[in-house]
Formats: sequence, structure tokens, C-alpha cells
Amino acid sequence: MQNDVLKFITCGSVDDGKSTLIGRMLHDSHMIFDDQVNELKSSSKKYGTTGEDIDFALLVDGLAAEREQGITIDVAYRYFKTEKRKFIVADTPGHIQYTRNMATAASNAQLAVILIDARQGVLAQTKRHSYVVSMLGVKNVIVAVNKMDIVDYDQKIFNDISQDYLAFSKDLGFETVEIIPVSALKGDNICDASQNMSWYKGNSLFSSLETINVAESDNHKQSFRMPVQMVTRPNLDFRGFAGTIAAGSVSVGDEIMSLPSQKTSTVKSIVTFEKEHQSAKTGQAVTITLEDEIDISRGDMLSSVDDQCRTADLFKSKILWMDDTAMVAGRQYIFKSAVSEQVCTIEKPKYLINIENLEHTPSDKLSLNDIGVCEVYLAQKCAYENYTDNRTLGSFILIDRHTNQTVGMGMIEHAMRRSVNVYKQKISITPAERAAQKNQKPCAIWMTGLSGSGKSTVADALEQKLYANNFHTIILDGDNVRHGLNKDLGFTEHDRAENIRRIAEVTKLMMNAGVMVIVSFISPFRSERQLARDIIGADNFVEVHIDTPLEVAEKRDVKGLYKKARDGKIPNFTGIGSPYEPPETPEVRVPTVDVLPDESADKIWDYLEENSFLDR
Amino acid sequence: MMQNTHLDILENEAIHIFREAAEQAENPVMLYSIGKDSSVLLHLALKAFYPAIPPFPILHVDTLWKFKEMIAFRDSIPEKTGMELIVHTNPEGVEKNIGPVTHGSAMHTDIMKTQALKQALDKYGYDLAFGGARRDEEKSRAKERVFSFRNKHHGWDPKNQRPEPWNIYNARKNKGESVRVFPLSNWTELDIWEYIKREEIDLVPLYFAKKRPVIERDGMILMVDDDRLDVQPHETIETKMVRFRTLGCYPLTGGVESSAQNLDEVIEETMSVKTSERSGRAIDQDSNASMEDKKREGYF
Repeated sequence: MQNDVLKFITCGSVDDGKSTLIGRMLHDSHMIFDDQVNELKSSSKKYGTTGEDIDFALLVDGLAAEREQGITIDVAYRYFKTEKRKFIVADTPGHIQYTRNMATAASNAQLAVILIDARQGVLAQTKRHSYVVSMLGVKNVIVAVNKMDIVDYDQKIFNDISQDYLAFSKDLGFETVEIIPVSALKGDNICDASQNMSWYKGNSLFSSLETINVAESDNHKQSFRMPVQMVTRPNLDFRGFAGTIAAGSVSVGDEIMSLPSQKTSTVKSIVTFEKEHQSAKTGQAVTITLEDEIDISRGDMLSSVDDQCRTADLFKSKILWMDDTAMVAGRQYIFKSAVSEQVCTIEKPKYLINIENLEHTPSDKLSLNDIGVCEVYLAQKCAYENYTDNRTLGSFILIDRHTNQTVGMGMIEHAMRRSVNVYKQKISITPAERAAQKNQKPCAIWMTGLSGSGKSTVADALEQKLYANNFHTIILDGDNVRHGLNKDLGFTEHDRAENIRRIAEVTKLMMNAGVMVIVSFISPFRSERQLARDIIGADNFVEVHIDTPLEVAEKRDVKGLYKKARDGKIPNFTGIGSPYEPPETPEVRVPTVDVLPDESADKIWDYLEENSFLDR
Repeated sequence: MMQNTHLDILENEAIHIFREAAEQAENPVMLYSIGKDSSVLLHLALKAFYPAIPPFPILHVDTLWKFKEMIAFRDSIPEKTGMELIVHTNPEGVEKNIGPVTHGSAMHTDIMKTQALKQALDKYGYDLAFGGARRDEEKSRAKERVFSFRNKHHGWDPKNQRPEPWNIYNARKNKGESVRVFPLSNWTELDIWEYIKREEIDLVPLYFAKKRPVIERDGMILMVDDDRLDVQPHETIETKMVRFRTLGCYPLTGGVESSAQNLDEVIEETMSVKTSERSGRAIDQDSNASMEDKKREGYF
């Protein structure tokens, strides 16, 4: 297949000369304008490191901080063309802390140019970069052994590096590896064959880039898949499903299935701005109309019927963590793929991959630039393909629910059997019927607050009042539950999250039995309380903040815990060694200073009454 | 079935971006500068949502110093597209009579463009704004994301950008924050021209060479579009065949002498030209990192 455009990334260690190489490529392909050369000459004098020569690196190191520090911080995109091809180059950082940026660039690349400094040979960084591009699915690699001018164009040095690299990379699944000796600074083997290395008979970098037949993804040969981006309804007569075809092709008259609903229909028309088409293929952005009115919305996948797309809600995935704050297992994140955007939780990593030697090491967490294999649980089923089969449909990002930062990128290895084989048993009596029998409305009254704030006392007072009025209630108390159900859990972030998840699930079961549940837990983190709210259902979740200042709670210190924490005997104690995140908008806020427990209970009672939780 | 050419690839990518952004926004808007990139952007928006009309209005920040031909072209857009056009001018700037000739390019651009844009975004509460910026235009833009996050003050933090792998775009934000979206990120100047030709997209006639009244000032050829240019006794108004590679405020936009009167000739000239298109703009020449500084402050 003819490649009209080649997208490639350049990567290498610090000072391998990536930016110089790209600057040289832009220059030699006549993509640099006179005014830019003038600016370059004046910048070279100010910041340059190349003496008499123009410092091409300054051309591409765009951000002011980079020009001053002489390093490439971020992915920069460059565009150039020769007579044979157009090129989109992602110039990526070499520093270890910027692995995430390299992975970002590799995710869209068809080929990688990996730089090696001829004086240094294959370094740990070279291995990291090679592994990351291989993990992201890049199949074609060109290794440019740079700075050959500094090693006197020595053939033996080049041959040794070539052998080292080939030995290291043989298990990375590359389809082609081409190794070229170059000098980006002097221009050897960049555009034309070098006069200084007549011993080298292969391609120059340009001729290789122009002619290489990159392994095209075979997505277009696969069965039809199109994530629905949006529903187009300009008038009552038109209802179209817009999206970009991610695999295969589709024709008018084809039978298709919508997932996860599994409803089927027939393609009535394929619409674009220009005209109606008889068929459309991978990569095209189209709008499809169907013969039948079936319920399809953003987040669904249109699929061929013969080979229907699979759906699952539990995946084994490789995850590259991209945020300064480490991943907390059990905490909720937003999972966003080409198809779906929804809440997920991630189990603690099965192992981390050491990307210098590919060994597996155990770990409880994923920190910045770690790559780990984890199980990802989704709230709802989602259509997918494995990443090795389809990069578009097998990839996802993870987003922090509070900062909205993109914190991780993931590749689906495969769905897990558990979610495929565990079916929900159908039960005849419904939760609503059980509640009706008790003549009450089940709900969760979730009390959060510092240790010693008075949660248990208020919970007790509230339960007495409810009991006296014939409501069926139960109290789940933090200390008590930790003696039984959760006695295997400690106080790390992961264990706290798991503690809350179990309590929320138990609360939900009891609510299904028709009971009003009063939960009295410190539950210090917003994200975990959000998790509880999501599991239980926001409509029946009443968050009560028992709002006692730390000084007051510490002064009370009924259990003597604050003293122990201050003495360093209890690590991670909330308020001392671990933060308490107060609710921003609790349903009820109960200050307890100079207030009797009964008055606090009345305040909660009033809220319940006003919001129909006590209706009979 | 036809092969996807590089223009098809760029077009499909832009349509995908438009749809993703519009679906994730509560109150989107498209920034429109009347230039060739804006014309391509508008054309792609119409394609992305067809047969529906794009679900957002067009916003033009009018500095009151645009070429007259630009304004006439702009005012024809609602009828051609069915989209709503919103024009905003900074009232404080009008009150103080701010202009590039009297106050200089830096102050004029800040008050009438950067501040005016922020005012308009705040006034209408837009949470997502499409723009026509391309990564090949300028060095700091080469590193900007397709979905580019802005804080409550519309500022851009280049060191704290969200990673953007594959084509999965994260437009989540908190109240008051916003996202700029650039569907043309991967287009080059030549791609824009080739696409305009292929799709027969309408442009402001200023892009084509014509005899125009001009003066030379600070090494730039400026068109005498009205009498506010304050032509000095030593400056002579000449009639020359000129055209413009980019369009902005007429006293800040240098033309080039050219004989290219149609698209083919413009494309040929673009391919052989030796200076970058922004070289005709006064705004970039203040300092090496000037565009980055302006973007941090909220300039598009």
C-alpha cells in the first residue's frame, strides 16, 4: 500500500542530538524560511552550543524554558515533505521523567527513529525508548547512530553498536530494523550518501524514510466497527449516527448490530456533506442512517453482525502512569476510550514491567512513568478490541475525577473471563417490594468526620429516634466493622479505599433488604465517599458531615488516639499524619461544638422528613 | 473505493475532532478571524455536522481595524451557513480610542484582541472554543495539544499540558475553566491552500494580487484601507500589485508584491517562497518568545 503520509517519532537519550537531527531534516528538505534562518543565526549566537555552525536544535526547541535549559521538554510536531512523501514528525524528550510524552507521541506513530550517540552506544534510555515504542505498537524502527563525525567515522564502532542493538531488540516484535550511521550536525547520510563513510552501503536517512513500506495496520481488512460519536437529528425525518470508522468497511444494505444492546438493523444510507455513498471504509468520518428505529447513542458501537464486536466490563490492561500523584488501587477514575466514557476502578498492579530488562517486579502502586499490568473494572460493559488487533479500539486514557488531568494511558490485553462468566441470578422479590412490606424508604445516612467528632454518639441518638417511630434501622460503625468483616485491612490509601468499597456494598445489600442504614465512618477522602455514593445510588445517599474542628476533637480524645498519633505511635492517623477532606456540599452539615447529640440527631431527622425519606 | 489522500486524512481527523469537542462541551463557540484558516475551519464544521447546522455560533473579535473587505466577507457568513454570528469589540478600548497607529501594536493587540476575547468568552460563558491555529505556524504552537486546557483566567500553562495519546481527547474541566480546540493542528500552510482549491472554498479577495494603494512603513507594505493610517509627508501612496498571506488589522499586516491572481498561482508562490507567513505580522517580531508570552496571557 502506498503511504502518502508517514508519521514517525524521534527518540533518544539526552544529548543524542534529536533536535539537531530534526532541524537538519527541515533544513535539508528546504522547509526553513529565510526569516527563520535569520532568527536562528541570532539565537545561535545567544544560546548556541555549536560554535561556528548553526545550532539546528534551536529551531525546534520551541518553548522559552527549553531554549534556556537546552533540553526538550514536550512533544513537538513538525511537518515536512519531499517529492515522495509528506512527513509528520513527533520530536520527543529523552529525559527519563518524560517517558509519558514519548509514549504519547508513539501512540500515533507508524515508525520510530531511535538515536544512539556513537560515543555512548546502547544505553538504558535506548532500551526504554525501544520498549515503549514496541509496546505502543510501532513495528518499524530506524536506528540512527549519530555523531559519527566525533568518532572519526569508525566502522568498527558502528558495527559493535549495531550488533548490541539487534541482540537487545530481537524480542520486541519489530518487523524491520534499519541501522544507519549519521552525523546530524555535519549532514552525513541524512540527505545524501556520506563521502566520509564509503564503507556504508545502505540507505541515507531520507531515502529510507521516503521508501520504507511501513507495516500498515490491517484494520481495514477487519470486520466493520464504528464508535458512535453523536446522534444527528436536524429534523424529525433524519436520524443519523456520526462517527469515524475504526475497522473494516460498510455498505448500504449491510446488516449491522449496535453494542452493547445487540439490537440489529440494516444500513439505509451513508451520508457526508458531498453526497450519499454506497460504501465507506476505515478512517472515514461519516454519518450512517438505519432502516429501523433502534435506540443508539454516543458510547455505543456499530459492528458487523457476522463477526460482532465483543463487550466486557473487566480488562487485563497495560497501564502507563503519567501523573505526579501515584495511582491508588481501588480509587475511581474516569475511563475514556474511543467508544466509552465511564467510571472504573483499577486493582492493585499484578506486576510492574522494568523496561530496561523487561523483568516483572511486584508493586502495590503505579508512580509517574511506571508501566504496570492491572485489572480494570468498568461500571458498565463496553465494546472493545485487544490493543494488538486495533490500536483505536484497544486503547484508553484514565482521568482523575477531581483534577480532570489525564493521569494514565492503557492498552487492553484481553477481557477477563470472570466478567464474562459471572451472571446475575434473577430474584423474584424486588427491593421495592421488600421496602413496601416494611412500609419505609431504605436509604444510607453516611456520617463522615474526624475521629472523636461525635459520629457514633449522633448515630446512636438518631437510631433511637427512628426506632421509637417504628423504622427498621441498623448502624454500621467503623470500629466495629474493622473488628470483623474488614479485619484484614490496614490504613494505607488502598486499604482505606477497599474498606469503604466493602461498607458501601454491605450498605446496598441491607438497603435491598428494606433497611435504613446509618453509616458512621471517618471516610476521610472525597473520592472514596464519591465511590460509596456511586455504589449506593445518589438518590438514596445522605451525606452528613459531623463538623468538629480538629482542635476540639483532639481535646476530647476519648480513646486517647490523638495523643498516640502525636507521639508517632499511629502513622496515617486522620488529621495528624493523613489528611481529612471535608465534604464540599454534604446533604447535612452538623456542627457539634456546644450542641447536644439529640439536637444534632433532630437536624438530620428534619432533613430526612423534608426530603420525603420518612414518608409512609 | 477511493484511497484516502493526505487531504482526506486531515479532513477526517478534523471532523472527528469537531464532533468529539461539541459532544463534550456545554456551551461551545467557534472563533472566527475571517482569514483563510478560518474559512477552512468553517467549511470543516459544516461538514462535521451535516445535515445539521453546527451546534455553535461563530464569534468574531472585531478590533475595528480590519480591512473593509474582511468585514464585508464576514457579514455574508450567516446567510451562507445558517450559523449565528456574534461580533464583540472591547468597549473600554473604544472609549479610549485605542488603535495600532496611535498606541502601537503591542497595546492595541492586548486591549482590542486578547482582552476583548477574554471579555467575550466570559460574557457568553463559553466553555469550549474552536480555533484555526496550526502547529506549523510558530514554535510554541508546535507543542500545543489539539484540546488545550485554559484556566479560569484563560491562561495556558505550557509545562502542565495534558498528555494526548491516540485520538482520545479529554475535555473535562471544572466550572469557569475552558478548553481551546484546534482541528487544524496537523495542517500546514500548503495543505490549507490545496484544500481550499479542492473544495472551492470562498476567500476574502485580499489573498489574491490586485492593484492596491499602499505605502511602505518599517519595512512592511501597508495598504491604505482608510484615512486612519496617518500617512506622513515623507510616505507616498503608490499603487502596486500586492496580496496578503495572512489577514489581521490592516496597519499591522504587511502585504507582498505578487502577481498571483488565482489559487494555482498563489499555491505556486507559496511553495517557492522563502519567508514564513507570519513574517508579515508585526506581533511576532517583538521578541523571540513573543507568541508564547501572548498565549500564556490568553491570546489565541
